[in-house]
Amino acid sequence: MKQGNNIMIVGVGGQGTLLASRVLGNVLMAQGFDVKVSEVHGMSQRGGSVVTYVKYGEQVFSPTIEKGEADIILSFETLEAARWLPYLKKGGAVIVNSQEIDPMPVITGAAEYPEHILDKIKDQGVRLLTIDALSLALEAGSAKAANVVLIGMLSNHMDIPEEDWLAAIRECVPEKFIDLNVKAFALGRAADNA
Amino acid sequence: MLGNEAVARGLYESGCRLVSSYPGTPSTEITEYASKYDEIYCEWAPNEKVACETAIGASIGGARSFTAMKHVGLNVAADPLFTSSYTGVNGGMIIAVADDPGMHSSQNEQDSRHYAIAAKLPMVEPADSGECRDYVKIAYEMSERFDTPVLFRLSTRVSHSQSIVSLNEREDVALKEYKKDPAKYVMMPAMAKKRHVVVEQRQEALAKWAEETALNQMMMGDTKIGIITSGVSYQYARDAMGDKASYLKLGLINPLPVELIKNFAAKVDTLYVIEELDDIIESHCKKIGVKVTGKEKFPLIGELSQAIVREALLGETLPSTAFPEELPVRPPVMCAGCPHRGLFYALKQENCMVSGDIGCYTLGAAAPLSAMDTTVCMGASISGLHGFNKVRGEESTHHSVAVIGDSTFIHSGITGLIDITYNQGKSKVVILDNSITGMTGHQQNPTTGYTIKGDPTTAINVEELCHAVGFQNVKIVDPYDLKATRQAVKELLASDERSVLVSRRPCALLKYVKHKPPIQIDREKCRSCKACLRIGCPAISMKNGKAVIDQTSCVGCGVCKDLCAFGAIDPDKE
Repeated sequence: MKQGNNIMIVGVGGQGTLLASRVLGNVLMAQGFDVKVSEVHGMSQRGGSVVTYVKYGEQVFSPTIEKGEADIILSFETLEAARWLPYLKKGGAVIVNSQEIDPMPVITGAAEYPEHILDKIKDQGVRLLTIDALSLALEAGSAKAANVVLIGMLSNHMDIPEEDWLAAIRECVPEKFIDLNVKAFALGRAADNA
Repeated sequence: MLGNEAVARGLYESGCRLVSSYPGTPSTEITEYASKYDEIYCEWAPNEKVACETAIGASIGGARSFTAMKHVGLNVAADPLFTSSYTGVNGGMIIAVADDPGMHSSQNEQDSRHYAIAAKLPMVEPADSGECRDYVKIAYEMSERFDTPVLFRLSTRVSHSQSIVSLNEREDVALKEYKKDPAKYVMMPAMAKKRHVVVEQRQEALAKWAEETALNQMMMGDTKIGIITSGVSYQYARDAMGDKASYLKLGLINPLPVELIKNFAAKVDTLYVIEELDDIIESHCKKIGVKVTGKEKFPLIGELSQAIVREALLGETLPSTAFPEELPVRPPVMCAGCPHRGLFYALKQENCMVSGDIGCYTLGAAAPLSAMDTTVCMGASISGLHGFNKVRGEESTHHSVAVIGDSTFIHSGITGLIDITYNQGKSKVVILDNSITGMTGHQQNPTTGYTIKGDPTTAINVEELCHAVGFQNVKIVDPYDLKATRQAVKELLASDERSVLVSRRPCALLKYVKHKPPIQIDREKCRSCKACLRIGCPAISMKNGKAVIDQTSCVGCGVCKDLCAFGAIDPDKE
């Protein structure tokens, strides 16, 4: 059995984190792992900070990831990468979409969007990989495919054959969007600056 | 498979014939997944009480039946719940209740296990998706063997976590014969007195069964530490402690075993109870004279986690990396294009007391709209306002309003209107009709004209219903038209009679809703006054000193255009 890991997918409600976690869960199941994926529905989905936990290994007990337990944090948004940073294990990696989405306190002027977040994360000695997933998604054909671009980037950091990733994407997206998402995956996979 | 999907799979495999529920996070998907099986009749009921009664009727009618609800939904269904304990069942019956420790999407954090104790009903609690499927089958067998409805406790982390489930074929369970049996099913005092005796006998039989059922498992590791636990708390405990402890995992959480717990206690040095929310297992242990440590070490509030267990029992915390600055919070907000936004903006301008209710629109309480004074429970907006107006006098009806969504109105708002009419109140009510049950993820309801399966049905006409219960002044407004909405709210508050305003526009996230192209702000005309930010649209923000609209999230609703005094927002301009 290959070694298990803890992956967190974080972002803003409505960014498509649930689809990303479904693709990831399916591909891991196909590798023969015990997998748990824990998500939050309802109130917190409405433009709030959202998190999905994906855990795999020989046997997984708790469905959640706690502070200091995540091997990889895949962040769909810059500020959210900073917010969830304490969950990263020492020596873990953060993959972040460079998109910035203002939270309501910033919109109303009650707070400011922090500057140079990525540099400050790097300063903590964290392995940080950035990607402009939104532009690549638009290149693939739709802004909505940013989630699969990010999955493409993540795939470089996991020991899973490319065809298994593509099979998982085909299982999870509606048929008419398969080509778009396959393209998005390829762009994300090729964009790795590691 | 999600825990909720696995429950639905269990219903299918166990020959369930009827599911009736009202949506409520985190229980909603059980009924949605069940509706995909043609063998099961599924419906959304107007509320949990009706759903529970429908399931009771189906059980008496000889079928295996089911209802699911969130924890607060069980409060609504408590009346039939308590007496169904007396009548027992014909076909097996399961009542699933999903608790929400940590209140991810709820107004309180109540522990549903109290209901099992109070109603004297057996309760099972699965710990992952595989057990969700298995326990449904066991619960139906229990239900029929012990002649009782069975409570099925879920929590957010079991309902909304996916884990691997193996599948079986559907077992064909025949409809049982229906025989008149008033002594069992007509609960008037003479009959109920006899049935109470039966309930107590059943409690004894179940308590005996609790000692031997395979639902309760002992797993021995290091015997220095023993842990009694159930549900997702078991997963946290096992994650943190592995083989460094022994476990008594309880799948049947009411009634709790006595001898089994004493045996387990005798095998270990120090005994802990790890349970989320209240100290129910702990109190039971103390009552039977078993020394345990529970809430002294583990919180009564919020979710547990492996980190909490690790720290409490091993004194360990994992090293982690902090971001060096404080970060702005990101609370949930009304979506771009949300039809509730225009209405709440209008209410804010009137500076009136807003008696709120449960739904997406509860977000109207958040800044910058900040246009909600109270939220208690489903339907309380209308009846609560009635009480408020009665004590504060007629003048207050011109400065206060209830807001309630279409689904919540059908759930338990109608009786509030009747109260106002019957007792000659003059309260003002806004029904936010977005043509769907929004917060729980788009479920059909009696006003939408479609069933859970998407089949067309008779739509309840909200205006006619209001007329029928004595509200003659009923107006309709489109909340995308901000001027008209502000005018309609002014007229509503000025009215001298009890009145309803229906704010009608389908949820912007509905697939059939056609969006207009995103709107752009003319940078030249923008004077950076930030007036457009006052409606709290997540698509509008300040970038380099000027207001901009995010072109991927804007749906072109145009509510923002009336806020700009300089004509910088013009949806008709390319």
